[in-house]
Amino acid sequence: MMDAVGNVQRVLLLGGTSDIGLAVLRELAGGRPVRAVLAGRPGDRLDAAASDLRAAGHDVTVLPFDAEDVASHPRVIEQAFAHGDVDVAVVAFGVLGDQEQAWQEHRAAVRLAQVNVTAAVSVGVELARHLSAQGRGSVIALSSVAGQRPRRSNFVYGATKSGMDDFFTGLREALRPAGVSVLVVRPGFVRTRMTEGLPAAPLAVDADAVARTVARAWRAGREVVYAPAALRLVMVVLRLLPAPLFRRLPV
Amino acid sequence: MADVRMAGEDEQLARAVAAATGRGVIARGLGRSYGDPAQNGGGVVLDMTSRARILSVDVPSGRVLVEAGASLDQLMQQLLPMGLMVPVSPGTRQVTVGGAVAADIHGKNHHVAGSFCDHVESLDLLTADGEVRRVSRESDAQLFWATAGGMGLTGVVLRVVLRMSPVDSAHYVVDTERARDLDDLMARLEADDHRYTHSVAWIDCLAGGRALGRSVITRGRSARVEELPRRLQQAPLSFRPNTRLTVPDVFPPRVLNGLTVRAFNELWFRKAPRRVRRDVQGLSQFFHPLDALRDWNRVYGPRGFVQYQFVVPFGEEQALRTIVRRLSDAGTASFLAVLKRFGSGNEGLLSFPAPGWTLALDIPLAGGLGEFLDDLDRSVLDAGGRLYLAKDSRATARTVHAMYPGAEEFREVRDRVDPNRHFRSDLARRLDL
Repeated sequence: MMDAVGNVQRVLLLGGTSDIGLAVLRELAGGRPVRAVLAGRPGDRLDAAASDLRAAGHDVTVLPFDAEDVASHPRVIEQAFAHGDVDVAVVAFGVLGDQEQAWQEHRAAVRLAQVNVTAAVSVGVELARHLSAQGRGSVIALSSVAGQRPRRSNFVYGATKSGMDDFFTGLREALRPAGVSVLVVRPGFVRTRMTEGLPAAPLAVDADAVARTVARAWRAGREVVYAPAALRLVMVVLRLLPAPLFRRLPV
Repeated sequence: MADVRMAGEDEQLARAVAAATGRGVIARGLGRSYGDPAQNGGGVVLDMTSRARILSVDVPSGRVLVEAGASLDQLMQQLLPMGLMVPVSPGTRQVTVGGAVAADIHGKNHHVAGSFCDHVESLDLLTADGEVRRVSRESDAQLFWATAGGMGLTGVVLRVVLRMSPVDSAHYVVDTERARDLDDLMARLEADDHRYTHSVAWIDCLAGGRALGRSVITRGRSARVEELPRRLQQAPLSFRPNTRLTVPDVFPPRVLNGLTVRAFNELWFRKAPRRVRRDVQGLSQFFHPLDALRDWNRVYGPRGFVQYQFVVPFGEEQALRTIVRRLSDAGTASFLAVLKRFGSGNEGLLSFPAPGWTLALDIPLAGGLGEFLDDLDRSVLDAGGRLYLAKDSRATARTVHAMYPGAEEFREVRDRVDPNRHFRSDLARRLDL
C-alpha cells in the first residue's frame, strides 16, 4: 500500500530481470530507497539488476524463481512475504519466442502457455492469498495489447496474454472486498530485450515511458492502463473492426 | 481492510488481544490522528469509544478516573461545571483519553504545563498476556514512559487516572498581536511567552520576501470570574459549544488553491488587530475553532491533505527560517501553519514534545509533495529535530528512528511485555516500531 503521498516501502518483482518490471520498480520508488525483492532466474542478468538497484540505494533481496516450476511458487511467494508486508507485487515475467514456431511446434507452444498463463495464474493465486491476509497492497500485472485482439503475426503470444489479462481482471474484483487492488497494464510495442530485432510497431515506446504511465495510474488508483495511453482508443477501434478488414491492416 | 470491533468489557478485550496473532490488534479512539496509527490492515481494530464512562471524580484534588474511550469534549462538558478543565487540550476536543495518552498530545500551554501524560498519575493497561496492569511512574517507570506517546503499541489503555486543572471559568483572557515577519515573531514569543499560560502563533506561509513569517499571535490564560463581562458572571463555568456546521462532502476539488488561500490568509492577517489586550473568549473559540465546523477536512477536496508537524531545538532558528522560506517558495496552499515554543519534554520514549520551536501545517496533496517533505525531513533531522507521529503519514522507518533515540528502548520494552507482537498497526509496520 502506498503511504499518504504515494510512496511504497516494499516491492516484489516477479520476473526480476524484466526491463519493464525493473523500470516500474524504479518509478514506484521515485527516488526514495525501498526494499526490493527480485524473484527471477538466477544468473548474471539477475545479479546485475540487483547490484544496479543496490547502487541506487535500495535494499535488495534476491529470490531464485523459475516460472515453469509452478510447484515451487507457493514457497517463493511465502519467502517474499516473510520479512514484512509487500506493498506492490509486479507480475512481469513472460516470454515472446518465435511466433511461427509457437503455433507449429508443440514444445514451443506449450512453453509459451505455461510461462505466460499457467505460471501467471499460479503466482496470482498465491499473491492473492498473502495480500488478502495483509488486508492491503496491490498487484500490477503486465499484460499486453496483443491479448486484446489476436493478430496473425503473434496470436499465440496474444492468446496467452489474453488468458492472464482475464485472470487478473477477475482477480481484481475478487480482491476488492479485502482491500487489495489490481492494476492490469496493457503496453503496446515496447523496445526491450524481449523485442530486440523486431521491427517496431506504431506507437512504440521504451520501458521507462511505460513505467511512468504505470506508476501514475497506480497512484491514481486506476484498474486498467494502456501504455502509451493513446492505445486505449486504437484498441477500441481495432476490436470493432470486421475480420476481413482487420486482416488487411499492416499491423 | 481490518476487522473493526466495538470494545466490550475487560475480559472480552483480553480474549481478543490474546487471540490476535498474525496481523495483531490495535486500539482506536475517535480517529483524529492524521496517519495510520489506528489502522491495522488484515488485523483487528478495537473501537474504544464504547468504553467512555467517567468513573470517579475527586473535585478538591482534581483527580478523575476515566475510561479510555471518553473524549476530551465529554470531560469538559461534564467536569467544567465543577470547575475542572482538561489539563492539556489540542486543537480539537474530539479525541479520546486513550488516544491522548498514546500520542502524548500537547496544547497551547505546553511551555508551562507539559504534555498530556505529565498529568496522568496511572493507567490500567491491558497487555499482550491478557493481564490488566496498573502502570505508574512508581510501579513500572519504563512501561509507563513507553506507553506515554507509544501509539498504543504497548497494550490497550483501559482507564486513566488524570489530574484535571482547576479553573474559575470556561473563558480565557486573550491578548492578540501581529508580528511583521519571522524574526519579529520569534522575538515576541521569546520575550513574553512566560507571562501567559497559553501561547500560539498563526503564520501566513504564503507571504514571502520581507513579509516572510508574518503572523498573528494569540496568548492568554484562564479567566477569573471578576474579569468576565457581567452577563457571563452569572454562570462562569457554563460550557455550551456552538452548534456545529457541516461541510458538505461535495466540496469541489481545487477550490483551495494558491489564490484562494492567499486571499484567506490576507484577510485573516488584516482582520487581526495590531494589538488587543484582555479580550474574553470562550473555551471553544480559544482552543477549538475548527470543531465548530464539522468535517472541515472536506474543504481540501477528494484528494485530501497531509499534516506535517516538527520540532527543532532552540538554537536552530536558522533551520526554522530555512523551512518556512521553502514552504513559502513552494507556494503550498496551507491554511493553518501554527508555531509554538515548547517547554521541556518528558521521559516518554516516543513522546514528541522537546524544548524548541514546533511548526504544524496542512498541505493539500499534489504531485511532488512526497519528495518535498522528504527534503524537509532531512532539514529537521539535521537540526536535531523530530516529527510528530500522530500527524505523520509518510515518513520512513530510517528517518523516524534517527529522530527518536528512545525507539531502541521502546522496542526492548515491547520485547518484554509483548514478545510475540500482539499489538500491531500500519504505523508500526511502516516505521518498524
